[in-house]
Amino acid sequence: MTAPLAPPPRKDPLRRTRQPVPLPARRSRAAEGLTRAAAEGRFMLQACPDCGTVTYPPRDACPRCLSAGLAFANVPDGGVLLAATTLHVPVGLWFRERAPWRTGLVRLDAGPTMVAHLHGDCTEGGRVRLRLMLDRAGQAAAFALPATDTPNMADDRQLREFTASPRFRRVLVTDGRSETGVAVARAMSAAGAHAVFVGVRERWKPFPEEAELAALRGVELVALDSTDERSVARLAADLGGKTDILVNTGGHVRPGGLADGRVAEFRDALERDAIGLARLAAAFGPALRWRGADRENAAVAWVNCLSVHALASWPAYGAWSAAQAAALSVAVCLRAELRPGGIRVMNVFAGPLDTDWFQAVPPPKLAPAALAAAVVDGLERGLEDVFVGDVALDIRDRLAANPKAVERELAG
Amino acid sequence: MSRDLLATLALALGSGTVEIVDLTQPLDPDFPVIALPPEFGQSAPFRMETISRYDAAGPAWYWNNISVGEHTGTHLDAPVHWITGRDLPANTVDAMPPQAMLAPAVLIDMSRAAAADPDALLTRGILDAWESEHGRIPAGAWVLLRTDWSKRTGADYAGLRADGAHTPGPDAEAMRWLVHERGILGFGTETIGTDAGQAAHFNPPYPAHHYLHGAGRYGLQCLAHLDRLPPTGALVLAAPLRIRNGSGSPLRVLALIGHDE
Repeated sequence: MTAPLAPPPRKDPLRRTRQPVPLPARRSRAAEGLTRAAAEGRFMLQACPDCGTVTYPPRDACPRCLSAGLAFANVPDGGVLLAATTLHVPVGLWFRERAPWRTGLVRLDAGPTMVAHLHGDCTEGGRVRLRLMLDRAGQAAAFALPATDTPNMADDRQLREFTASPRFRRVLVTDGRSETGVAVARAMSAAGAHAVFVGVRERWKPFPEEAELAALRGVELVALDSTDERSVARLAADLGGKTDILVNTGGHVRPGGLADGRVAEFRDALERDAIGLARLAAAFGPALRWRGADRENAAVAWVNCLSVHALASWPAYGAWSAAQAAALSVAVCLRAELRPGGIRVMNVFAGPLDTDWFQAVPPPKLAPAALAAAVVDGLERGLEDVFVGDVALDIRDRLAANPKAVERELAG
Repeated sequence: MSRDLLATLALALGSGTVEIVDLTQPLDPDFPVIALPPEFGQSAPFRMETISRYDAAGPAWYWNNISVGEHTGTHLDAPVHWITGRDLPANTVDAMPPQAMLAPAVLIDMSRAAAADPDALLTRGILDAWESEHGRIPAGAWVLLRTDWSKRTGADYAGLRADGAHTPGPDAEAMRWLVHERGILGFGTETIGTDAGQAAHFNPPYPAHHYLHGAGRYGLQCLAHLDRLPPTGALVLAAPLRIRNGSGSPLRVLALIGHDE
């Protein structure tokens, strides 16, 4: 049974901040199929289309029939823990700092036997569920969970190295003036965040949710406008050292394409969604990266709430789609730049939201609360790419099948 | 004669008997800008991004790129800003005659009424009372409206509520009369605009913009330190940036005021 997590003590200011050390990060190209599955929280292994053999580790040809057509597919995640080992003095620096560390051999019902990191409640000879999870270097690793949920399961010490739960952590939500920002602030407060700093731009403009936000447990409203270098720098000076999770909820949604001549609005969207993200990255990124291994006070994650139309332009909202595409590119760059600190950059893709600026768009539309729940869930599961809602999932799958068809259909 | 006048002015400036008062708000990212319904285009607030600050991007020098709307901070409205002035000659800031950039100003003090009621209006009655005390408002003068609004900050300055902004300004008849019966050069306020916060509901809507710009006159807004001006006798220097085809411009506004020796 897992000991329940206790609120971390305040950082000892006389103690040197532990610096992040690298994990091995290179895998074969074939093995990146595991990374993709882990990023989305799926359990996928290579399955041979000719003989049906499920194989691990990833390779270029089926070890049984030599077929070259191996493809990643969802496979059952159940198995048996054959043997467990506790490493007391691991060779690698990262593991040595976190020793003792338990690993084991799991024989999957699907066939292969895999080396896995072990949850504390997994027992030798017992049934386990295997997960593909991203480690702090962003690569997929197998993690064995007990077959059924156990008390305080999420609080396991080893599991927490693979997740980024907001519980007892300090969260900065960048835009409390947006419906998404309000919903995320509510969700973070409810998920047990120790503090939820909520950025408010243009504080001289009243907004209806202000009083409700300010009354939420742990919430503190702070001045932040991602289009203003000075504002971002000032807040980073105050909060860079105590932001464990940053959730960028920006999203300057406006209908309209680009041939309509609404270039000024495109510029506004770019300023907030893409360049604003870059400003936040420049101000908060170094502090988060520096604090990525600071024991129980460590920074853990950076979340970007994006539109799935960052991946596929929706001409009815074409200017905004283009700004979102730029924001996604910034986010992917940021992910690489924060990786040395072990900071997870999670991109959450959604379709149209049930908000003012999508008022004339027919359903299905995603409630901001559902988006916020997906943010919390993704952090708790340690995901990197989250597609939430029917529209986002549909576009993800159709893009994998035929991007040209997606382009034509979104053009209307 | 006129050379003597300038020499006398220089001496007076040196001795302080003529004082220069800065009527300008600092250009600051947090200073409110006009808030239109969100489906309309919006004026950009002031923004500043560092090019270098004695660092790798420029080891010995500090400088910034700035961006700003024409109607951000203390700024001037040119006639072309409003539809009523769209067809007038020389209606843009680059065509503004330099003679209009240095002009006398009269001050109308409504600060007590504005403190009591954010929707306080400058009316014809107030103008008549002012003239009976201080004399006729001269043609070609700025009329500056003191409300002490520039002493407010943030939400208190913007005055936004669910039914729009609540800030003082002129009513339609006062504005028509100043422009057409007194031939003023322009009208200046401490608030975000020359018009009152609720002026969309006046007839005509936004009467200051309507009458001023329709007659080729100017607006000044977001002024500061009007509490230091006398009712009459000030000279105002207001020279906008020479933006080609510009509808307005942030600018430095200075007032010269004379003191008894």
